[in-house]
Amino acid sequence: MRHLVIAIGLSLWAGLAAAFEIEEERLFEAQSDGPVVSILSTTDTVVFEPVIAAFQARNPEVSVHYTVSSTRQVYQAIAEDAARFDLVVSSAMDLQMKLANDGLARAHGSQEVEALPDWAVWREHLFAFSQEPVVLLLRRDAFGNRPLPQDRSGLIEIMRDRPALFEGRIGTYDPARSGAGYLFATQDARQSDSFWRLAEVMGSLSPRLYASTGAMIRDLESGDIVAAYNVLGSYVAGGLSIGDAGAVVELRDFTHVLLRTALVPASADQPELGGRFLDFLLSEAGQTALDRDARLPRIDGRALTTNPHQRPIRLDTGLLVFIDPLMRDRFLQEWAAAVTRP
Amino acid sequence: MKVPLRFKSIRQRLVVLLLLAAALLSLLLFISVRAIASASVQASQDSILGAATIAIAEELRGGEEGVAIEIPYAAFSMLGSSGEDRIFYRILVGEDTVTGYGDLPMPVAELTGLEPVFYSRDYQGDPIRLAAVGRSVLVEGTPRRVQVIVGQTRTGQEMIISRMSNRAAALGMGFFFLSAVLALLTAQAVVGPVNSLAEAVGRRGPQDLRAVTRPVPEELAPLVSALNGLMARLTAALSRTETFIAEAAHHIRTPLATLRTHAEIAQRISEEQEVLARLREILRAADDSSRSAGQLLDHATVAYRTDQRAEEDLDLRAVMADVMRAAEPTAELKDLHFELSVPDGPVPIHADRLLLESAVRNLVDNAIKYSDGDDAIELRLTVDGGTATLAILDRGRGLGTMQGRDLTRRFARGSNVSDVVGSGLGLTIVREVARALSGSFRIENREGKGACAILSLPLA
Repeated sequence: MRHLVIAIGLSLWAGLAAAFEIEEERLFEAQSDGPVVSILSTTDTVVFEPVIAAFQARNPEVSVHYTVSSTRQVYQAIAEDAARFDLVVSSAMDLQMKLANDGLARAHGSQEVEALPDWAVWREHLFAFSQEPVVLLLRRDAFGNRPLPQDRSGLIEIMRDRPALFEGRIGTYDPARSGAGYLFATQDARQSDSFWRLAEVMGSLSPRLYASTGAMIRDLESGDIVAAYNVLGSYVAGGLSIGDAGAVVELRDFTHVLLRTALVPASADQPELGGRFLDFLLSEAGQTALDRDARLPRIDGRALTTNPHQRPIRLDTGLLVFIDPLMRDRFLQEWAAAVTRP
Repeated sequence: MKVPLRFKSIRQRLVVLLLLAAALLSLLLFISVRAIASASVQASQDSILGAATIAIAEELRGGEEGVAIEIPYAAFSMLGSSGEDRIFYRILVGEDTVTGYGDLPMPVAELTGLEPVFYSRDYQGDPIRLAAVGRSVLVEGTPRRVQVIVGQTRTGQEMIISRMSNRAAALGMGFFFLSAVLALLTAQAVVGPVNSLAEAVGRRGPQDLRAVTRPVPEELAPLVSALNGLMARLTAALSRTETFIAEAAHHIRTPLATLRTHAEIAQRISEEQEVLARLREILRAADDSSRSAGQLLDHATVAYRTDQRAEEDLDLRAVMADVMRAAEPTAELKDLHFELSVPDGPVPIHADRLLLESAVRNLVDNAIKYSDGDDAIELRLTVDGGTATLAILDRGRGLGTMQGRDLTRRFARGSNVSDVVGSGLGLTIVREVARALSGSFRIENREGKGACAILSLPLA
């Protein structure tokens, strides 16, 4: 009976919230009767499942309603529809920052928040709970005896030297379609001028443009492409299925580190429940579950000092610059001019 | 103006006033430090906000397709440097908002040149600080007016100001506590001379009416001079009184002596028993009166000489012997005899001879007066440490029910002596002498019968 009620409730709710596209939706039922915390996320259910299980092990009375959507859709759900989720989890730092800056997030203070390093929190409104390097994936077999490139100039060099190998076999995100791709590209452009050189060289080799990480990794594993630039490292944390034939390279000149962030929306019905889940994510138990079971690396300042090439994308209002529609149009135009040849 | 609070002490008044002043100054210090801190934080935040706004305005380019906008990443990033503030922006070409937050408040002032205009407004429920810059760009050959507005919440600024305020408050508190300590010390220093003067005057003996000569602060000089004037008048009055008593006693004694002589002559030439009895009564009354007058004189002398004594080195044994010798005729009349016991060596005393003699004489006289016939009066002199103790013991009627201390009051007489003529001055004189010579005196009932008078005096 209870299931039926929830099912009806969910479908009703889904009907109400139809303004944005839901990719996955699942209810993790609690052992006992209790509240339902509803989470809107960009992280696949299968990845987050162990974290939810760990949460429910500690909060057996709380059911978790987990909804997955794309970064853009998640942003719109909160910014435009004021959807009533208790927690919003997203890898799109820029869009999350926009939500928080525009007053659509609720302040949340707790012991766990206090313990966060300064760079992982923005004015008690936006909180980072994992740090994921953005990497270059290569097929080792395609390089033969040549050493793998370790930085962007090395990559440019090898692409120039062996255009035949790379022609049509380089993959990267299409920044126009992928929020993460756009964030990485803009951060690259901000970080170094060599990015535009790289973009032009890639553009001259008819790159394949992807909207999703999964597709890009599949193509690399199948051998359709030999290099995938700017892939979120957490997707290949378990290793590539091709074993030694694939290589995960953290470029030495700089490797961006994406912070996966969460916020309690101002429109939340049960902000205290959202905050409870958030505190769990930031707690030792939550961080361990994320790191070990979900393969989303925990927040760790020491990892950044031991890997000086890793640069966390700064969680500050600078992120708002490339969200500006005019700036976005301009950047995409320039990017298209560099990469996609007519 | 009336001081609303009444203070019992100058020090209290001083401390309270100084503390009030310190509190006021500390408050002023706190307010001014805070105001300066707020102003400087505001100024530095404004300059960052202005720089960011100018940076955006300078990146605006005209062109064939309209205004090209390039927001420098650093512009927003540095505004968020404190990591606490939300930022808002709005870029207008002509009257149209081309990007940013379309409802961001516009400046009231006219924008001229590239100088930013700053203003404060409420936006989205938060107070924000805004900077606006206007400039012209050429679009398709015609100049167009462009305005850039950047706003920032004040959280970071308020945090810095509150941190500074806390420091200012700590500074104010520290200042106050330091002032409080200084106030206490100041009050102490100011009240010190008053206290020490009071102490010096209080320490004086009851007979000491000398002028105060110690140096005092100017402000206390009138008080001291008034005090000295009073003492001088008091001394004069006392001295007049004593002189009067001495004169009076003297004037009574001389006619009494004449009276006595005439009575004695009359006794010799008369044979009528009735007349002889009357004459004996007259002689006895004359003796008593003469003795009382002598005691009054003694008392006046003692009172006078405690102020102006002429001290010399004496042997207490000799003084006792002299007094005893002088009293022997009187004692013999009542068939009394003295038993004197003194140490072998001299008993040196540094004292005024007249004072000492009158004390011993009064004790001996008392012993004779209150003894019945055929008794011994013991005079014991002992030395113990630095003290000479003179004990005079009789087998008379004792003190009755009165305490020794009560008997030494002026004109106080025992309850059991109404049949004996006396002035009540004798023991008073002894007590005053003992006090003047830094000694002590007590009188108590003797075991069995009689009284024991003990005069202790420090050795020279």
